[in-house]
Amino acid sequence: MTRFVASRLLGMVVVLFLVCLFTFLVFFALSPDPAVQICGKNCSPDRIDQIRGNLGLDQPFLTQFTQFLAGLVAGREYGGGTSVVECAAPCLGYSYQTAQLVTDMIVQRLPVTVVVAVGAAVLWLLAGVVGGLLSAVREGRFADRFIASLTLGGMSVPNYVLALVLQYLLVVKLRVLPFPQAVSFTADPGQWFLNFILPWTVLAAGYAATYTRLTRANVIDTLGENFVRTARAKGLRPSLVWRRHALRPALTPVMTLAGMDFAGLLGGALITETVFGINGVGKLAADSITSNDQPVIMAVTLLAAFFVVVGNVVVDLAYSAVDPRVRVGVAA
Amino acid sequence: MIADETLLRVRDLTVSFPVGRRDVPVVQGLDLELGKGRTLGIVGESGSGKSMTSLAVMGLLPPRAAVTGSIVFDGTELVGAGERRLRSIRGDRIAMVFQDPLSCLNPYYTVGTQIAEAYRSHRTGVSRRQARKVAVEAMERVHIRHAARRVDEYPHQFSGGMRQRVMIAMALCTDPELIIADEPTTALDVTVQAQILDLLEEVRQESGAALVLITHDLAVVSRVAEEIVVMRSGVVVERGTAREVFSDPRHEYTRALLDAVPRIDDRIEDLRAVPRAGRTTSGSVVR
Repeated sequence: MTRFVASRLLGMVVVLFLVCLFTFLVFFALSPDPAVQICGKNCSPDRIDQIRGNLGLDQPFLTQFTQFLAGLVAGREYGGGTSVVECAAPCLGYSYQTAQLVTDMIVQRLPVTVVVAVGAAVLWLLAGVVGGLLSAVREGRFADRFIASLTLGGMSVPNYVLALVLQYLLVVKLRVLPFPQAVSFTADPGQWFLNFILPWTVLAAGYAATYTRLTRANVIDTLGENFVRTARAKGLRPSLVWRRHALRPALTPVMTLAGMDFAGLLGGALITETVFGINGVGKLAADSITSNDQPVIMAVTLLAAFFVVVGNVVVDLAYSAVDPRVRVGVAA
Repeated sequence: MIADETLLRVRDLTVSFPVGRRDVPVVQGLDLELGKGRTLGIVGESGSGKSMTSLAVMGLLPPRAAVTGSIVFDGTELVGAGERRLRSIRGDRIAMVFQDPLSCLNPYYTVGTQIAEAYRSHRTGVSRRQARKVAVEAMERVHIRHAARRVDEYPHQFSGGMRQRVMIAMALCTDPELIIADEPTTALDVTVQAQILDLLEEVRQESGAALVLITHDLAVVSRVAEEIVVMRSGVVVERGTAREVFSDPRHEYTRALLDAVPRIDDRIEDLRAVPRAGRTTSGSVVR
């Protein structure tokens, strides 16, 4: 087991290193010279050179890359002379445009992204699992067909459309929800919660549809398994047959997928955050793409990759805890 | 025949499934009788209704199946009996061993848990420890070595034959009066088949349970069964003691079945197929 964990962790580090390398390569090769951008209109070649020097842009690719890695692990300094900016590890770079450290920008915005992701995940898991179970139990009947049409809708309506429609209906027309206001959780928890209802719902809708279908299919498949027949042949109570023999095998893959999807969302929900004006990592990504703030774009890319890779490993480990067949290091 | 007490009496059992607007019978007018501690072999090719018969006895047919007739187990009518009553008999007094032991065991739980499950659900106030002890004992009874250790292993850690032993242990642990084994050796290697059959016979003699052995394999029934019922297309075409059926088959179909068993001195061209249901080679309708 420890070997399994160790090998997975090592693999994770390798993947993250490669992701770093490729993103760095892409931004190094493809983007216009940031120094020119920063310098603006009234600019002299000397000034550009100075900026390049301050940011380390005059160095060859490998040097820049190792500096970046070193900054990630141990921190680094930007600038020179009197205007030195200290960037503590994990240093993700320096945003030329906002004159801020990228790490700080992300740390500021990560909590709200986590709130969005957690809320949405709770919603879509509840809706998906309950909907899927209901569908499976009532297979072919009205409830099943009704849920099937809902999932079709959930899958086919783009979430920015859903966002605008719901906003218009619930906030503007029906006034069921208050107009969003910027409040902190501690100041007004009620308003804070209401602010998030729409983003959660919109973000969860598409996932909920997928999860409903997956749950339905898995439950129906599992109920047809021979071991469920064995369980019934043993004379177990139906509740026990369901709980122990049907749900566990049916829901394990659902949980696996949930782990991956959730990890993906921690990297920021671009569209939802932008539509609802939530200042999270997704909005940061969208804004920095618009303004071509390369260090930020790169950092957000890396962050998303980091969450996905870590999520993957966590899911793998969880799976091996749940499914004995995947357990490694146990002699057959 | 010795006038022993009847354990299972099936009268005029018909099982049918709706196909489109029609009801298609898969078992028709079946009569069976099984004394306590006796062995009955039900033989037939796939689709002959033998497995449906066993599922009907267990009350495990899918809800859309229509069952008429009577199945009396030790004085209790099972056809039309409530789910609660059926459940109290199922897995306790009638246990079943299925065909493919890998798919019949839940991969998520240890074999010990799965063996003890039946015991725990039919006896009240059984502690985990007691249940585990019962599981180990049952595993020992089916000759699984190192039972005390292997009780905590998972199905995928067992070989095919061992898995079937686990299934038999599972059936045994509640000391049932009737064990129904539905093609218990079909998914196994030939060498293991004989061991499992010997085990079933041993277990039957030891526990005094009656055994219904369902198979398409004549060699299997000839080894174990005292009485044999031959089924085809949902109908019993021949019945009698094992000796009667094997030495003097009355029905053309039984003869065809016996003929289809390859002999060591057969050439490959000599292999004979069983005629399709409905008509025999001579043109008479098989029933």
